Amino acid sequence: MSASPRGRRRAERTLAILSPLALLVLWEVFCRAKVLDPRYVPAPSTVLGTLGAMTRTGELPYNVAVSARRILLGFVLGAVPAVALGLWMGLSRAVRAALLPLVAAIYPIPKIAVYPLIIFYLGIGEASKLSIVALSIFFLVLLNTMAGVLSLDDAYVRIARAYGARGPAVFATVALPGALPSIFTGLKLGMGFALIVIVGAELLGSDAGIGHLIWRAYQIFAVDVMFAGLLVTAALGWLATAGLDWLEARVLPWRA
Amino acid sequence: MKTAVRTAPGAAIAAAGVGHTYRTDRGEIAALRDVSVRIAAGEFCALIGPSGCGKTTLLHILAGLLRPTRGSVDLPAAVPGRLPAAVVFQGVCTFPWMTVLANVEYGLRMLGVPRGERRARAEAELRRVGLWAFRDAYPRQLSEGMRQRVSIARAFATDPAILLMDEPFASLDEQTRLVLQDELLRLWHERRPTVLFVTHSLDEAARLADRVLVMSARPGHVTADIPVPLPRPRRYRDVRRDPAYGEFTARLWDELENEIARTGVPGVER
Repeated sequence: MSASPRGRRRAERTLAILSPLALLVLWEVFCRAKVLDPRYVPAPSTVLGTLGAMTRTGELPYNVAVSARRILLGFVLGAVPAVALGLWMGLSRAVRAALLPLVAAIYPIPKIAVYPLIIFYLGIGEASKLSIVALSIFFLVLLNTMAGVLSLDDAYVRIARAYGARGPAVFATVALPGALPSIFTGLKLGMGFALIVIVGAELLGSDAGIGHLIWRAYQIFAVDVMFAGLLVTAALGWLATAGLDWLEARVLPWRA
Repeated sequence: MKTAVRTAPGAAIAAAGVGHTYRTDRGEIAALRDVSVRIAAGEFCALIGPSGCGKTTLLHILAGLLRPTRGSVDLPAAVPGRLPAAVVFQGVCTFPWMTVLANVEYGLRMLGVPRGERRARAEAELRRVGLWAFRDAYPRQLSEGMRQRVSIARAFATDPAILLMDEPFASLDEQTRLVLQDELLRLWHERRPTVLFVTHSLDEAARLADRVLVMSARPGHVTADIPVPLPRPRRYRDVRRDPAYGEFTARLWDELENEIARTGVPGVER
């Protein structure tokens, strides 16, 4: 007996919801049965309660907003020049020859290792946070954009030129739309990095944000707040990915 | 919409003493040698020759995409809203990120034709090839034959004086190819652009063209210029029954065989 494709999809969706739910229930049961020590591992219900309390005091929304704003602004700050330069490097051999060695050398440096230097130059304020996010996604988006242009079939440029497109028109009607799928791959990978880097930066030195929240909770041994912080970070990451997926579907209808 | 159905006559193609040499790391490769081609306005001319003989190079030179290293080419003067020479390519021929309508409008957009006129001309062209209902579809959603129709519509939308076609039907199955050949003949008859049609197929050359140019192996050189002795309209079943058809394609093969042998293909005797 075989299920219909729709039936199979529904079963898969149910499983995807059931398995984390089962884990949560198990966790809760273990806590209540004192198998897990709630001083070290708080029950899910406790974490949920903490989340609720922190939301009512405004502490959570404020810190989430601070981190979200840093990610968003830093993202735009890094992605826009990365796409422009990536397109240029993809289209021009000379620009590629000049810049690729540089990019290849800087790309593998873990960007969080540059953070002390950034603080040294820009101070501990917002500028250093935006810079570290922008820096962490810049090379990823740049390389993906360039790869997207390079993997484009020459035929498209030939068609464009045969129909009178020159310079900027080739850029706008062929290179950019043709590279967009790769650009989105870069943006999605970059979003993950942005989240890692901003929380890391906030742990190291900040007066607000999710990372700061978690770090302060560690200092006062508030395990439930640390868990709440992790939960919110996960939710933020999921939201960002969903947002990019939504944008991709809107911008790339021809791929769906 | 009168603007949409502007029919302007084709312009003659004239190339004299054209030579082209590619520079590679392993030295220079002569692709074309002393090619002189003259095609009258409104004429349909086919170009055949062994693989790699420089047919596409010649077509790119005539399209203005490539500057010949020797000789001269007369391109028709630029007229506002009209492309001197439109090209239809083989294989990948449409932009996958544009709708059918946007693909057909592309040449007009690059020519700077105002939006309203652009839309009207693209619509007329899409209706002519029976794809108006698919105007909002993306190429991915179409069959290969339909995509090639879109690229033909894009070429005709620019109202070209010259139409350069680079094996446009080479990757289609035979039935689709026959249908598209009919459609091309119909469009050509209505509009009368000057056509240079590069093909590997002797049958296709015989069925479509007024005249067939045969090119030598590399460096390409026109070795024969043969008028097609078949009456128009060239309906498939009539053409195939015409004894002159078999005679003509056999003659084309005579011309071609020697040239193919020169390229060193095994099994073909010199």
